Amino acid sequence: MSTHPETLPTFNIDPPEGWADIGFRELWDYRELLYFLTWRDVKVRYKQTALGAAWAIIQPLFMMLVFSLFFGRLAKIPSDGIPYPIFTFCALLPWQLFAHALTESSNSLVANERLITKVYFPRLVVPIAAVLGGLVDFVVAFAILLVMMFYYGIVPTWAIVTLPGFILLAVMTALGVGLWLSALNVKYRDVRYTINFLIQFWLFATPVAYPSSIVPAKWRALYGLNPMAGVVEGFRWALLGKQEAPASMLWVSVTVVILILIGGLYYFRRMEQQFADVV
Amino acid sequence: MNDVSFDVKRGEVVGIIGRNGAGKSTLLKILSRITKPTKGHAKIHGRVGSLLEVGTGFHPELTGRENIYLNAAILGMRKAEVAKKFDEIVAFAEVEKFIDTPVKRYSSGMYVRLAFAVAAHLEPEILVIDEVLAVGDAAFQKKCLGKIGEVAHGGRTVLFVSHNMGAIRSLCTEVIWLDEGKMVIEGRASDVVDQYLRTTLLGSGSSVDLSNVQRSLGNGERLRLLNIEFNSGRPIHHGEPLAVRINFETMVDVPNVAFGFGFSTFEGVRVMTIDSDLVEAQRALPKGHVGSVRADVSLLQLQPGRYALDVGARAGDHGSLDYVAGCAQLEVLPGPTTPSSIIRDTGGVRVPANWAWSETPAFA
Repeated sequence: MSTHPETLPTFNIDPPEGWADIGFRELWDYRELLYFLTWRDVKVRYKQTALGAAWAIIQPLFMMLVFSLFFGRLAKIPSDGIPYPIFTFCALLPWQLFAHALTESSNSLVANERLITKVYFPRLVVPIAAVLGGLVDFVVAFAILLVMMFYYGIVPTWAIVTLPGFILLAVMTALGVGLWLSALNVKYRDVRYTINFLIQFWLFATPVAYPSSIVPAKWRALYGLNPMAGVVEGFRWALLGKQEAPASMLWVSVTVVILILIGGLYYFRRMEQQFADVV
Repeated sequence: MNDVSFDVKRGEVVGIIGRNGAGKSTLLKILSRITKPTKGHAKIHGRVGSLLEVGTGFHPELTGRENIYLNAAILGMRKAEVAKKFDEIVAFAEVEKFIDTPVKRYSSGMYVRLAFAVAAHLEPEILVIDEVLAVGDAAFQKKCLGKIGEVAHGGRTVLFVSHNMGAIRSLCTEVIWLDEGKMVIEGRASDVVDQYLRTTLLGSGSSVDLSNVQRSLGNGERLRLLNIEFNSGRPIHHGEPLAVRINFETMVDVPNVAFGFGFSTFEGVRVMTIDSDLVEAQRALPKGHVGSVRADVSLLQLQPGRYALDVGARAGDHGSLDYVAGCAQLEVLPGPTTPSSIIRDTGGVRVPANWAWSETPAFA
């Protein structure tokens, strides 16, 4: 036999013990599975569509056109001195990333029911892969933003280096909320129907079609309780060179996201012990 | 499950047997860490690879090649490991020509072969296998069993659930027999299997209730087999008539229905098949029909011995409506006309022929 007993890992199987630790180490051991599940989601998404990956561009582009026409032209909503189309497109990118990631991760456990009932692996891999799958669409649509910035002659400032931070924040928000919803979805399929509502309300509560400057200054930090407000304004600041960084709002957003995410991780790990029996 | 405790030593191949609902799959799920027990404890040394279903995680839109990598990752194999074994997996599955075709275009046989091939090349220290051999054609099943045997004899620890007593007997060293979540006995494979077969053997006078047993093929949703009875409860003898009656019900209109039985040895070799559409046309049955059909064999030529019975209903030539493999084990007793020599192993069936004698050698 090639392996010695002392090199073999030992597993203990015991009844559920309430709160479990997050198990980052095991998650790391399963990084290849995370990669393949993400890859599968990306690969399969636009199969048998005539337009293929162009959908990643068409969706935000059409929303930009609609918003520009109704909110920019007709309702004359201010855009902090930035041309309205790019003002809203710059916000739609992280918004779509978030909305897609949230929907996919919330439905991920139910969609992967077969896997969960037939194979063991750290369940966290499933919603995380669902969130990461959205990044590819984001990168594709981002290329369009660069073209638009060139067209409008917008040169980004040094603030652009903070952009990955805002992308991370959007992903963490989606994952944090997605962990709660995916775990709930296993037991209560009502979640599936709630997500669409939730995302629509959330869109209106986020400064995508309007600037956060229309919110009175003293309330603006509070506005950051919606982490996507911080993300969207952060994007505009990092890319379009808006004057002031949304600092106070951002700190509130980051704190909120960290709380949701940590809470989501522990809640998920607790519920995970019943997934295979309930789903 | 309750009061089940056992030790498996490294390199042992342990079979788990029992009726449907006995807790076999639950035990495997707990040991594979898919579900948590409500109480109790288990300690496992080594990585566990579980194969509870063939093709878990296969995606129809992806090609064979892509699914190999995906499925392997799901089963816990490293990418580098898969790359090394890739050709071997493809060759085992016999899908070389279609490796870059989406698996949704595969025939079900190809699909299953590919799925099993990936799983068969897993190399964890402990392999947990649920009844996955109930798929594929006979030749492939044999190949799968061979592969499992190879794994088992290669020093790996294997836990193997099956209804195929032939496979259990030939692969396993130890067998655990579960019933209603409890352990009946544990011991040497052949002893436990013998005892299991004796108690579950279809006794004379009984009929087999099929309404709630697990289906192997077809789902029993259009037409469902309800029960099956032999010789109205009288013992079955070699060389005597055999009457088999099936009760069934239909949930929808089904055209072209044919019924059939198969008798297999416990080693898994089919020795006799009785199909209704061999001698009469397939029938159309209306929705909501509760009926029965009786097959009369004037002389049962099956040798005395014990057989596993498969029963099924087909629509047309392919589509299985309902199929229960190994639904009963039945004993064919020596009949009054059985010569004593036939009781020894002389093959599956003994058929009468017309014999023409001549006084001179004849050449064609």
